[in-house]
Amino acid sequence: MTDMPDTTLTGDPSHDAPGEPADDAAGYYTPGDPIRDTKAPEGPIADRWQTRKFEARLVNPSNRRKLDVIIVGTGLAGGAAAATLGEAGYNVKSFCYQDSPRRAHSIAAQGGINAAKNYKEDGDSVHRLFYDTVKGGDYRSRESNVYRLAEVSTNIIDQCVAQGVPFAREYGGLLDNRSFGGVQVSRTFYARGQTGQQLLIGAYQAMERQVAAGTVEQFTRHEMLELIVVDGKARGIVARDMVTGEIQTHLADVVVLASGGYGNVFFLSTNAMGSNVTASWRAHRKGAYMANPCYTQIHPTCIPVTGSHQSKLTLMSESLRNDGRIWVPKKQADCEKDPRDIPEEDRDYYLERIYPSFGNLVPRDIASRAAKNVCDEGRGVGPAVEGVRRGVYLDFSAAIERLGRDGIEEKYDNLFDMYARITGENPYEVPMRIYPAVHYVMGGLWVDYDLQSSIPGLFVTGEANFSDHGANRLGASALMQGLADGYFVLPHTIRDYLADGPFEKIDESHPAVVEARAAVEDRVAHFLNTKGTRSVDSYHRELGNIMWEYCGMERTEDGLKKAIDLIRTLKDDFWRNVKVLGTADSLNQSLEKAGRVADFLELGELMCIDALNRRESCGGHFRGESQTDDGEALRHDDHFAYVAAWEFAGDGEPPVLHKEDLVYTAIEMKQRSYK
Amino acid sequence: MKVTLKIWRQPDAQTKGAMHTYDLDGVSSDMSFLEMLDVLNEDLIAKGEDPVAFDSDCREGICGMCGLMINGQAHGPEVTTTCQLHMRSFKDGDEIVIEPWRADAFPVIKDLVVDRGAFDRMIQAGGFISVNTGSAPEAHSVPVPRDDAIRAFNVATCIGCGACVAACPNGSASLFMGAKITHLGELPQGQPERDSRVVGMVSQHDAEGFGGCTNIGECTAACPKEIPLDVISQLNRDLQTALRHGH
Ligand SMILES: Cc1cc2nc3c(=O)[nH]c(=O)nc-3n(C[C@H](O)[C@H](O)[C@H](O)COP(=O)(O)OP(=O)(O)OC[C@H]3O[C@@H](n4cnc5c(N)ncnc54)[C@H](O)[C@@H]3O)c2cc1C
Ligand code: SF4
Ligand code: FES
Repeated sequence: MTDMPDTTLTGDPSHDAPGEPADDAAGYYTPGDPIRDTKAPEGPIADRWQTRKFEARLVNPSNRRKLDVIIVGTGLAGGAAAATLGEAGYNVKSFCYQDSPRRAHSIAAQGGINAAKNYKEDGDSVHRLFYDTVKGGDYRSRESNVYRLAEVSTNIIDQCVAQGVPFAREYGGLLDNRSFGGVQVSRTFYARGQTGQQLLIGAYQAMERQVAAGTVEQFTRHEMLELIVVDGKARGIVARDMVTGEIQTHLADVVVLASGGYGNVFFLSTNAMGSNVTASWRAHRKGAYMANPCYTQIHPTCIPVTGSHQSKLTLMSESLRNDGRIWVPKKQADCEKDPRDIPEEDRDYYLERIYPSFGNLVPRDIASRAAKNVCDEGRGVGPAVEGVRRGVYLDFSAAIERLGRDGIEEKYDNLFDMYARITGENPYEVPMRIYPAVHYVMGGLWVDYDLQSSIPGLFVTGEANFSDHGANRLGASALMQGLADGYFVLPHTIRDYLADGPFEKIDESHPAVVEARAAVEDRVAHFLNTKGTRSVDSYHRELGNIMWEYCGMERTEDGLKKAIDLIRTLKDDFWRNVKVLGTADSLNQSLEKAGRVADFLELGELMCIDALNRRESCGGHFRGESQTDDGEALRHDDHFAYVAAWEFAGDGEPPVLHKEDLVYTAIEMKQRSYK
Repeated sequence: MKVTLKIWRQPDAQTKGAMHTYDLDGVSSDMSFLEMLDVLNEDLIAKGEDPVAFDSDCREGICGMCGLMINGQAHGPEVTTTCQLHMRSFKDGDEIVIEPWRADAFPVIKDLVVDRGAFDRMIQAGGFISVNTGSAPEAHSVPVPRDDAIRAFNVATCIGCGACVAACPNGSASLFMGAKITHLGELPQGQPERDSRVVGMVSQHDAEGFGGCTNIGECTAACPKEIPLDVISQLNRDLQTALRHGH
């Protein structure tokens, strides 16, 4: 990283240099020091990871047994790390809130996993995967990390095949690939529409093997509720046994968070019901910076909302966009008609029209916003919810003609079944209806090149870190990142930290431990003693509505400021008026949810502040004030080519903004165009 | 529509449970079965009654977390998971009986939530391929006949939900186990440990208190992923072979 002058904005917009954009977030935050060192090695980009691996100190095998590693999360990122560190001989404790590690939300990924194997000889390479990922992320990711991701991607496939992951194969017995959302090469490996499941079972089985070997101890139905920081270092967690209610302290030499994404701040999302931000947020409150929290991915192909009972949204893999054509009627009057009765000339295949070279395969953010626009124009289809039809057609009739029903069945069978199951409609006969939904968060805890957060000894992997995806993630790249982090990156970088261990022994009487534990106990007691009138879910739903309305597909200064006020009021009410029944010492799902919603309320506010600060449109973040004449996103590299890393400054205090400037040496920044 | 729910309530593993009856109005046919229970729970909370505990996470039919006995059928009347069952499968005025999985090896934790830890322990006993991270050969070094890959995939779709056990009069987990044995046994990578895997898993299965298979077939009928009964034949064949090999 080159040193950049500290150009942070002042609190008062009148101090802005001429030509600087207005500081929309003035008054909502405090400027802090820039982040100058990300620990990425210098030198040619292709050599950096080799350099780092070589320089990372080794830990003597006989010492590893004496080093305790806590890993929160058993998805691809956490499961892979637990297996690998267990194999290396460390003493690992693994936590998840589900009843089995195999149920982490990675299981739900459908489409596939990218790797630069170039098995199709279609011009793919590590460099192209790197380039596509940086471009897809709209030049808001750290190039060294992305290059490394592309580099280790090929090892992932080898590892998974050896574990018995049943990827799709061609007749000759070799692995099949397909092309996936927003790229022009076929580099996506897949296991029908259930790739995440198969990859996760591979990682899970590897981890269970280590449980049997005694190197990994697993704690299922355990929820991390606090991070323990001793003398500035992460040294353990406080967890609640969700069956007995027991509050437990677990101490270690290092803590890894692989706790997934926080899309459920929107209440409705494609995330699992239990997906939450608590592990990350508790760490944030203890000093870990939260980076780019406003970067949210809204996925274009989800099943539309049907009513107010809706508890979650279901994704239809975007691989469907390879064969399905997206359209809405040209005329509003046709929106109620049976789509099969609308003639070709009255259909608007709007993606093919607006983006002729990428058509239905434009990146997710673009496809999502285009769907919102046509529905806002009143050309949406399907039942109206709260007065608006929010749906567009995804039509397979041409593909069925071309490939036959069998061909489509083989490729997408389970997805078609799932659609039929949920909607009661047969997609082989009637076009599917889809609408965008919150799906993934690019934001997360800030990490350096080693995946270490701003708290020494706290590492963050997978969707929980702010990751390699900049402002927008390409399809099939989250699975790649989770497994890259867990199998191939963290095990190397963590050893450099652990080479200084084992650290000084601490016990449960240490004041920092006592304090962390007491904080958890107080919170639990507070929720049960409040005896208010509103259920946890009702708060969560209201927060979700605020976020979707003002911090969703399009964000504006006014909207975001309004959202911040609304969230503050809601948060206040929540702490005074929430109703949690039952007891602390048994399985209590309302109590679990209360803790998660409490943290979502704080996160939601920070997301809005981050979105307010970033007066530019990039990737999944679209600011109404920053668009071209024809409504395309407009980036401002001169002012916003940085990672916004937020430091917690205390309850009720404005957060502190630290900027990490993004410097590209191996790639040139361009305005994205998919036309 | 309006339904009458008879739900098993049990405060914890130690306390005896009982069926309770709840009337629920305003159920829409677009709701999933679990959304219907969410609505019931919101009602109960409003009345100051403890909500019904049940498991779910993905609500997409893939994580295997959900699972209820609905009118005596594991996952209810359709071939799918409880979370993917929709209220359009029921009609106005229906009485719906909801119970947890019933099996000795799956003790009840609370209400409709059971402990399926036995499944993890069976995987620990051999349901894996031993290959340390970083030691894998190039993925294309071993081609896998497409049909074998498809067959492996078809049974690898097991979500570990436990419906097979709940449906089986003997409380056997043979379908779950057979699915894993077949998945790994179909692939070249799974061959070296084929014998030890089946012996390890079967002995853990028995130690957990699951019953033996007497070929009734209720498991496969209840399985949301339609794992076929012939995985149990393969399991038995593999076990015989392993025993012949002196395991
Ligand atoms: C429907 C869907 C489809 C997708 N499809 C694709 C795809 O085709 N390709 C692709 O590349 N990506 C896809 N993604 C994205 C990708 O699946 C995820 O980003 C990725 O799997 C996240 O993995 P992870 O290991 O970081 O977290 P997760 O798999 O979410 O795991 C989180 C873990 O943390 C644990 N945890 C969380 N909080 C706590 C706590 N407080 N205490 C204890 N444990 C905790 C959970 O129990 C769980 O084990 C999809 C995502 C969704 C939702
Ligand atoms: S075999 Fe079927 S019923 Fe049994 S655990 Fe697997 S998916 Fe569930
Ligand atoms: S909740 Fe995941 S399968 Fe039903």
